[in-house]
Amino acid sequence: MTATLTRRETLAAGFGSVLLPATLSAQPVAKPAEFKIGVTTFLSGPASVFGVPSRRACEMLAEQINAAGGIAGVPIRPIFVDEGPGTDHLVGEIRRLVQSEGVHAIFQSISSGSCLACTPLSRELNKVMLLWDCGTQRIFEEARYDYAFRTQGYATPEVLAPLLYLLRKKPDIRTVAVLNQDYAWGRDSWEIWQAAIGALKPGTRVVAEMFPRFGSTDFSTEITRLLALRPDVVFSSSWGGELVTFIRQATERRLHERTTFVLPVAEASLQILGRNMPEGHVIGARGDHWNNHPSPANPALFNGFVNAYRQKFNEFPIYPCHHMAQAVWALKAALEKAVAAKNGAWPSDAELAAAFRGLTFPTPTSTITLREDGQGLEDQIVGLSSFDPRFPFAVPKEMMRYSAAQVSAPAGQKSTDWLKTLTPAMIQSAGTAL
Amino acid sequence: MKRYEPILGLLLAAALVAAAIAAPWLRFVLTIALAKGIAVLGILLLLRAGQVSFGHALYIGFGAYTVAFLAPRFNDGVLVLLAAAAGAGLLGLVVGLFVTRYRQIFFGMLNLAMCMVFYSLLEKLYHFTKGSDGIRVEIMPIAGQALDRVTYEWTVFGIALGLAFVLGFLLRMYLASPMGEALAGIKTRETRLEFMGVPARGILLSAYVISAIVGGLGGALIAMTSRHVTPLLSYWTASGELVFIAILGGAGGVLGPFLGAAAYELVRVYAAASFADAWQMILGTVLLLVILFAPGGLWGMAARVLGGRGR
Amino acid sequence: MAEWFQDNGLLLGLALLDGLSSAGLIFLVAVGLNLVFGVLRIVNVAHGSLYAIGAYSAASIGLFLTSLGLPAWASIPTLILSAALVGAILGPLIERFILRRIYAGEEVVQLLVTFALFMILEDVQKLVWGVQPIHHDAAMRWLGTIDVPFGTDFIPFTNYQLFVLPGFAVITLAGLAWFLRSTLTGRVIVAVTTDREAATAMGIDAAKIFLLTFTFGAMLAALGGALSSPTAALVPGVGAQIIVLSFAVVATAGLGQIEGAALTSLMMGMGRSIAVYFEPELEVVVPYIIMVLVLLVRPQGLFGVIETRRV
Repeated sequence: MTATLTRRETLAAGFGSVLLPATLSAQPVAKPAEFKIGVTTFLSGPASVFGVPSRRACEMLAEQINAAGGIAGVPIRPIFVDEGPGTDHLVGEIRRLVQSEGVHAIFQSISSGSCLACTPLSRELNKVMLLWDCGTQRIFEEARYDYAFRTQGYATPEVLAPLLYLLRKKPDIRTVAVLNQDYAWGRDSWEIWQAAIGALKPGTRVVAEMFPRFGSTDFSTEITRLLALRPDVVFSSSWGGELVTFIRQATERRLHERTTFVLPVAEASLQILGRNMPEGHVIGARGDHWNNHPSPANPALFNGFVNAYRQKFNEFPIYPCHHMAQAVWALKAALEKAVAAKNGAWPSDAELAAAFRGLTFPTPTSTITLREDGQGLEDQIVGLSSFDPRFPFAVPKEMMRYSAAQVSAPAGQKSTDWLKTLTPAMIQSAGTAL
Repeated sequence: MKRYEPILGLLLAAALVAAAIAAPWLRFVLTIALAKGIAVLGILLLLRAGQVSFGHALYIGFGAYTVAFLAPRFNDGVLVLLAAAAGAGLLGLVVGLFVTRYRQIFFGMLNLAMCMVFYSLLEKLYHFTKGSDGIRVEIMPIAGQALDRVTYEWTVFGIALGLAFVLGFLLRMYLASPMGEALAGIKTRETRLEFMGVPARGILLSAYVISAIVGGLGGALIAMTSRHVTPLLSYWTASGELVFIAILGGAGGVLGPFLGAAAYELVRVYAAASFADAWQMILGTVLLLVILFAPGGLWGMAARVLGGRGR
Repeated sequence: MAEWFQDNGLLLGLALLDGLSSAGLIFLVAVGLNLVFGVLRIVNVAHGSLYAIGAYSAASIGLFLTSLGLPAWASIPTLILSAALVGAILGPLIERFILRRIYAGEEVVQLLVTFALFMILEDVQKLVWGVQPIHHDAAMRWLGTIDVPFGTDFIPFTNYQLFVLPGFAVITLAGLAWFLRSTLTGRVIVAVTTDREAATAMGIDAAKIFLLTFTFGAMLAALGGALSSPTAALVPGVGAQIIVLSFAVVATAGLGQIEGAALTSLMMGMGRSIAVYFEPELEVVVPYIIMVLVLLVRPQGLFGVIETRRV
């Protein structure tokens, strides 16, 4: 009974899937009443210190864009989904966004784990996916996607730039310890660091590798071990609430006096840390959008964005806000390009996706180009933590800018292979002081 | 009531198919519900013996990861299902030899401990399991047939439905057999069973292995449906969820788990979509109300409507 | 072996110091759970929520009072008072309105009611305190650090973690032992734990003892949470992590055993910190390995008493 039923169902469904796309693509795509964007971000858990500001930035920009008539005459509406409950839940939610909510594009994920799981869905669902914040290098190095693009930098430049900076400022380091979150970003960024330091400063010794579980709230034991080992450098790509907890607990026990921290993702936690952040440690922002950027490319746009955000939410924007904004601006640029290419007619999903490849769009600080493989090229600025009377929290001093092309693996090459070809000469040649 | 069971089963199946045709999104939700229902059949069996396992997510996780690891190698849905069932059965035998020595709270807690060990290993052995990121499962051919996505999803739905029928039927026979009746004896007074010369531990062990097998099957189906497995499948709250479904559905008949699972998944999905911050609260309240005011669960309510007794 | 100790003996010493504070916290939570189980015979899953609510309340009351100009030294009494407040409000509410209805129910139903409560309280925390991490470490900062010699070097430890947390655990242990052995109410509680039927037959008001014990257990859970709040960031989900560890402690220690809970907490706390030094990947699994090993040798738990089997 059930067998025949299913076979018939299967057949019917099979027909449907063959016939439907053909009929759909033959018809011109109607202009939607609104452009729905499914946005996945952390709204709960320790990572929500990233997710909530990015949602605010997204809502603020959507309001601004809609007030100015939308994109190509169509208002945009973001629909938010929480990354907090875990990857398998999120995979289901992405399907729901497309199949039940009918979104036109997806901005996806802070966590590298979420990105690795959800990006392949862009193939099945044939929807444009903008990877707006996650960093793992494996996405575009291990697969090719027609519908997925990353509108910001990624792990390789974001780890390599702080490392180059460290080796230039402190050339004599000998021992390194790592304390990263136990998931894709923590593991992948450590792999990049190891490959790069092996090529740039051979002979550096790793004295401790610690990967506490994602979401840990207490690092006392790890800190004791670091205090005892006295490594020259502690590398940590941790972020969000976990980085805040680690720094607070570590400074309370004066670990910062025994070692130099290298924190590529520090920027987003500096406001919460306030004066608790120790001075003189290497900090990164996963990009070039520091609040004390001395020379943004478009100062009016930069100050406009920062001031609007501050006025509305009474705090400075953090880098996830900038990354969210980059995704919105990239969407705007690509959608306008695709509509123009069709002389004002609305593009299909495939035509919209094609508009992203090779796209260059302006950001307040510079421009970003989406490379042939879908990866965005974003410049990196690194500095030493310091205090400036203009800000109630730490900002970088002695900043250096590393252009994206200089510190990214070329398209089609694996980062870990490319990093091994680097030479110590790069420490002095790369980067320009600001 | 018993004699209505097959008819009600067919009605429920028809309702599921109709819902799955009406909304492609529901097809996904209902396949997961069927898979969980299959796993909960095992919980039902242990409940008959008065034992609550707070760790059966271990077998869900095991079945799911078996699919994730073996699908690229075997490249066939039927083979990986069989492998997941066999593997979970073996694991159930090994764990069962240990845990069936204990009763009540110790039984529950030891299962919980096993489940948490498995969860921690999945999370920690990053280079092997990809840790908390989990592993993606690609669409695989089924019984030698390469399928496109929609056909594949319908086929998995069909397999889940078919398995639910077959396993529900077998379990009904098992519960009516002397082995099944002896399980109830463990619940009331185990020592009396032993005076009669019935090996209580053996009875419980065989029920435990069966529960592990259906758990593995349920997990494998979940992996084939969601096509992404993470350690969270084995977290202790997932075990609690299985017991939750068993009681929500009602521990009386074999239809209970499927009623419970369908209700649970639908409430969960719609609550999560409309009240992102409060879906657990809604589920918890539903559970509390069912326990306090409808102790027979959904199955018991259905039975009362039909004028029979829950069991 | 001797060489290994020469190389690592000092590190081992540090690991033991680290283990003290986490052992203290685990003990406070587990002993409350164990006490409640001993008297009410209910495994209270919601015990973890009481821990989390205790932590959140202590942090937000502390933050509020600090903003009013509370001196730093007063932050430690504030922690204790907030915990007592949480226990005294939530304990009787939960016992009177929910648990009381299910004392006669099956074990699985009791377990699930507390599980439902746990799910509801998880979301209550999110709705009340939001999802952003909360930090309030005034107590820890006020007490400062102490330099522990380490070979020719020294290691700063916070006084709070080295003395306050283990100190509270020791005071609780001694206080409980005295209370249960030397006061009338304490002896009544022990009597109910040992044989509920005989105790009620002798005229003990079980309802009163249940209420008292549950409230006291809730206070202990909240105290554990409150004392943990200065050392860690508070995020949703802390309750789920601590409760599963406490289950392991209770089952390993033996049901209703206070000293057993202390020894087990010490073993698990130190086992975990030793793992961080020498095999960090094993940290999360250590408690469960200890539990399984202990139960293999002593099925009734470290200090457990074998219950007579009834015919």
